[in-house]
Amino acid sequence: MTAAIQISYDGRTAVYLFAAVCFVLALKALSSPRNARYGNLVGVAGMVVAIVVTFLVQDPGHDWVIGAGMGAGALVAVPAARKVPMTGMPQMVAIFNGVGGGAAAVISLSDYLQRLSSGVPAQKGVEVLFALVVGCLSFSGSMLAFAKLQELMTGRPVMYPGQQVVNAILALAVVALGVITVVSPHLWAVLALGVVALALGAGVVLPVGGADTPVLISLLNSFTGLAVAADGFVLSNMILVVAGTLVGASGALLTKMMSDAMGRSLPNIILGGFGAAPAASDDGAAGADGRSVRSGEAGDIGTLLAYSRKVMIVPGYGLAVAQAQHVAVELAHALESRGVEVAYAIHPVAGRMPGHMNVLLAEADAPYETLVEMEQANDEFPSTDVALVVGANDVVNPAARDNPGSPIYGMPILNVDRAANVVFLKRSMRPGFSGIDNALLYDPKTVLLFGDAKESLTKLLSAVKAS
Amino acid sequence: MITDVIDLLVIFVLAVFVGFEVISKVPSILHTPLMSGSNAIHGVILVGAMAIASQAHGSLQMSLAFVAVFLSTLNIVGGVVVTDRMLDMFKARQQPKAGQGTGQDGNKK
Repeated sequence: MTAAIQISYDGRTAVYLFAAVCFVLALKALSSPRNARYGNLVGVAGMVVAIVVTFLVQDPGHDWVIGAGMGAGALVAVPAARKVPMTGMPQMVAIFNGVGGGAAAVISLSDYLQRLSSGVPAQKGVEVLFALVVGCLSFSGSMLAFAKLQELMTGRPVMYPGQQVVNAILALAVVALGVITVVSPHLWAVLALGVVALALGAGVVLPVGGADTPVLISLLNSFTGLAVAADGFVLSNMILVVAGTLVGASGALLTKMMSDAMGRSLPNIILGGFGAAPAASDDGAAGADGRSVRSGEAGDIGTLLAYSRKVMIVPGYGLAVAQAQHVAVELAHALESRGVEVAYAIHPVAGRMPGHMNVLLAEADAPYETLVEMEQANDEFPSTDVALVVGANDVVNPAARDNPGSPIYGMPILNVDRAANVVFLKRSMRPGFSGIDNALLYDPKTVLLFGDAKESLTKLLSAVKAS
Repeated sequence: MITDVIDLLVIFVLAVFVGFEVISKVPSILHTPLMSGSNAIHGVILVGAMAIASQAHGSLQMSLAFVAVFLSTLNIVGGVVVTDRMLDMFKARQQPKAGQGTGQDGNKK
């Protein structure tokens, strides 16, 4: 009996090795456009064999719980993941990452309870608590990120006085409770640890702005990976250690790459408005005082557009938030029918995720040939009459090109300032997600139209039709 | 114990290096699908959920096991489907580059 199990454990380890190779290949393939889809399938293959062999080798017990849990999970996840619109993808990643963290936390809690009841909890205490804390952090952080992106709550940074102090106290409480739990294991201490970790996850995510959330989700994804790896130590399970560590390490690197692509530093993102405020004043010191913006009427701007020869529409985060892609395309058609040449200038990181704008506009049936990539768009701006910036800010901020002192200096931008006129559709004067002031807003050739992108575009559409 | 903590530590350290190395160059347009794909991979925590389910005693541990299996299945299935849909839309996006004719054929289907 024992010998049979021993052999099958070796067999399981061999299959786990195969699954681990699949996961490495999947990540590798996912990082090149040509093989990305194949990478996802290889990952699925590794997952399936790992699950099947685990089921076959482990002691039979409560199989119905496993079956029911998997059945219910699949029943909920498939429709949810399939029917969510493309604009909702980032929050879906957030929620599916959060549940993974939740699972890691529940597993460590359950393992702890099992060992507490059998009277040997002190051994392996640290891994269990690490998985619990990081899993809880990832769970509550991801759920809050989901709520922000889904607009169940405000997507803006939520800040209150003493926020960083409160978060620091929560972090210290996690450490203190962790030490207490290791020294003298008690059920209440473990439960309190989980609750405080949940609060800390929420507290850390609150001040992060909506546009930064993808980077944050990537960080939380990395956290979940680490929690899974810790559970691998708890359960002496090799595939959990390998897969969790792969995701933890690659996720950390990916988080750095994402924040670099956005011209942001990670601490700046995590500290949210706290990091943003000094950046804005440093940059704006050149002449923020006394500068005024020109705010226009929809009717005048509509006329300007209608009598132009060439208009470049620059979509950004605001267009995605307002779901304004269809109106934008309608406006483009209305202009084209008057003989105006219209194209969309697409910045690679505009919107909530890279490639977001292409997808939104393609969904709204904007012709492919009118979607212009950044380099070509920059060739065309000097001959453009009006650059219509819809809810974008940092990706058109000339400071990234001209001001070596600016935090976003070096980030490639769309040179809308080279167009004859610039129209900004903005919700408010609040700076973009980098928190950096945009001097172009104060330029004499710039006109601002305040309001929700969809409403503003609708107004412009009727103004164009009327003129 | 089939695997010593020290063995797992060796695996862990090597996996850290592999994880860094394997995605060393990713174009920014693939950042989101890669995040989503690696999100699906940590859904392998389902293996751990199955392990605690097989060891569960009493209704509390059974409930926890059920929750763990349920959540990790959500993680895997949702992660894979979302990643697939994202990569699908990237394919649609690159059709015009591959050639106008094939792109239009693809749209008709």
